[in-house]
Amino acid sequence: MVLNIGPQHPSTHGVLRLQVKTDGEIISEIKPFIGYLHRCFEKHCENVTYEQVIPFTDRCDYLASMANNFGYVVAMEELMEIKVPERVEYIRVIMAELQRIASHLLALGTFGLDVGAFTPFLYMFRDRERILDMFEMTCGARLLYNYMWVGGLSHDLPIGFVESAFRFLDYFEPKIEEYNNILTYNKIFIERTADVGVMPADVAISYGVSGPNLRGSGVKWDIRKDEPYSIYDRFDFDVPVGIGEKGNLGDCWDRFNVRLTEMGESIKILRQALTQIPKNGDVHQTIPKKIRPPKGSIYKRTETPRGDLGFYIISDGSPIPNRLKMRSPAFTALSVLDEIGRGWMLSDVIAILGSLDIVLGEIDR
Amino acid sequence: MTVDNLYNWLMGFFPGITESPILLIIAILVPCLALFLFIALYALVAIYGELKVSSFMQDRVGPMGQGVGLHAGKWGLLQPVADALKLLTKEDLIPEKADKTLFIMAPFMIFIGAFIAFVAIPFGETLIIADLNIGIFYLLAVGSLAVIALILAGWSSNNKWSLYGGMRSAAQIISYEIPAGVSIVIVIMLTGTLNMQDIIKYQDGGLFNWIIFANPFTFIAFFIYFISGIAETNRTPFDIPEAESEIVGGFHTEYSGMRFAFFFLSEYANMFVVSGIASTGFLGGWQSPISGYFNTPSWGVFWMLSKIMFLVFVMMWFRWTFPRLRVDQLMNVCWKVFLPIGLLNIFGVGIWTLIFG
Repeated sequence: MVLNIGPQHPSTHGVLRLQVKTDGEIISEIKPFIGYLHRCFEKHCENVTYEQVIPFTDRCDYLASMANNFGYVVAMEELMEIKVPERVEYIRVIMAELQRIASHLLALGTFGLDVGAFTPFLYMFRDRERILDMFEMTCGARLLYNYMWVGGLSHDLPIGFVESAFRFLDYFEPKIEEYNNILTYNKIFIERTADVGVMPADVAISYGVSGPNLRGSGVKWDIRKDEPYSIYDRFDFDVPVGIGEKGNLGDCWDRFNVRLTEMGESIKILRQALTQIPKNGDVHQTIPKKIRPPKGSIYKRTETPRGDLGFYIISDGSPIPNRLKMRSPAFTALSVLDEIGRGWMLSDVIAILGSLDIVLGEIDR
Repeated sequence: MTVDNLYNWLMGFFPGITESPILLIIAILVPCLALFLFIALYALVAIYGELKVSSFMQDRVGPMGQGVGLHAGKWGLLQPVADALKLLTKEDLIPEKADKTLFIMAPFMIFIGAFIAFVAIPFGETLIIADLNIGIFYLLAVGSLAVIALILAGWSSNNKWSLYGGMRSAAQIISYEIPAGVSIVIVIMLTGTLNMQDIIKYQDGGLFNWIIFANPFTFIAFFIYFISGIAETNRTPFDIPEAESEIVGGFHTEYSGMRFAFFFLSEYANMFVVSGIASTGFLGGWQSPISGYFNTPSWGVFWMLSKIMFLVFVMMWFRWTFPRLRVDQLMNVCWKVFLPIGLLNIFGVGIWTLIFG
């Protein structure tokens, strides 16, 4: 039987259509159809100035807008050879890591929802809310920030931000234990996720899967460590990888657990950054009056919550990009779905899709 | 208040028409109407309970009345009424390609299955509508009516998701009937009767005379029965027939308005019935937990209702805590865990009775 999962389905994480061939409950083939959220962003970018590209990056991966801003501005600054002030670098890292926690919380929560656990989802949204409040405090927006600009930031940190960030970290750190209790080590949850959708490391690498999905397969690859950008080389943190604790290496549980552990690592980075951040500094100091990068091109990748987000920018010396291409981590994660989801049951395919943590905004762009 | 009592009382009132069936029909209709009102009231309470239980477990306040004008009353007490009104006034959609007769029949069938089960649940020493001599057997039998309705609903909707839901529910409910039945056999073995009242009377004399505490095997049997009961009512973690995140509501995907409300209502009614059987069979029914105290008939109603509502609460607690099992894991639990343990239990209770009884 051919079954259409989506585009209106509660667990496709956006408007995705999966055409699956089923034999009873067993799925023999998965064909993802994408493009329902295609908004021609890359083409749009060829018609707007470099500053005006930033809001488009916001709207790609709308659950990790800060991280997308970050990737773009880092690429642009390297192209234009701008050195931003220390304080800007610190604020960017703080925002990106807060965003990583927020994004992972949503990923884990909706994954729980996919396997039928409703309550952890609301717990995680409760905590994500506090991060969004901090973003709102900083730049007025809660989802699409347009916060990081080429050469600087739109606003400096508001008064009392560092204190409230520390308060949040103190509040949030014990909550990870709560998630472990209610979901991670729940027997039914382990039954549903361990050994399901095993993605071996070689499959993950050959499909170009990155981020927590790749690390879930046991590959220690994190751009923040291996190709440090911004000031990530100054912080002391680990890169959690899956070890196949509850089943085979690279199963849904490993991917889940990598995200959960990563939040702890983000807390570590945040604590260091919030302590070391320079007290004063002008965040608008190095913002160029006119953004006219020299002729040439750049490919720069950064570690967003979903994996390696690459920006390929070709400049012809005008204030408008000649070509801008994004390498989307969620797209590669979706492409591996057929390979690892084949032969599993309908419920498992939903769980595998949830564990890959895709964002359709970024896939379709 | 059994039908017989009412019938005799009516016959005494109108001695002239003893031969007419009208009195019998009245004697049957009056308690049934009362029962219907009771189920409706219980459903409102249970829905409110579910809203509040879930919200307290999820760190929210749930429905709360606020401001003036149209709102859900103090503490959201009117929320279930508002929900019911909404469902009543909603457009009733029947898919074009659906098998109309079966589609319309299914919600009634499932509700009838849940409704007639209430007849044999004892709320007090005399407060039972039909004191059948095969009460518990009757309950198990009508409990399995639901599966027919669910398959009908799944098939007639002419929707692939509904079909999945129907098939899943058939497999699940039929499988879980068996461990549930096997656990009930233990109760029957100990009490030697199928009559609900006699089973309760057997457990006279306080907490430790309840069948759940009779011996270790009955203790296990209670949990097997209760978990199987949750599976039979399609509640989380066994809600795979309606698994919202997988098959989008399953058998009730295509139902809306009042027809959907019937599925909803019968789910809650079934929870009540399962808890009713569990508290009758294992928790002493309307007997007081303290021997000799609080044993009047009105206390009996209180004990029975509070035991049932406690078990209903536990079901809600499960629902808002656990993820959902997969369909094959569900079957594994049933056939490879519950059934062998259940059969061993029967053996164990036999030996125990032989040695200690």
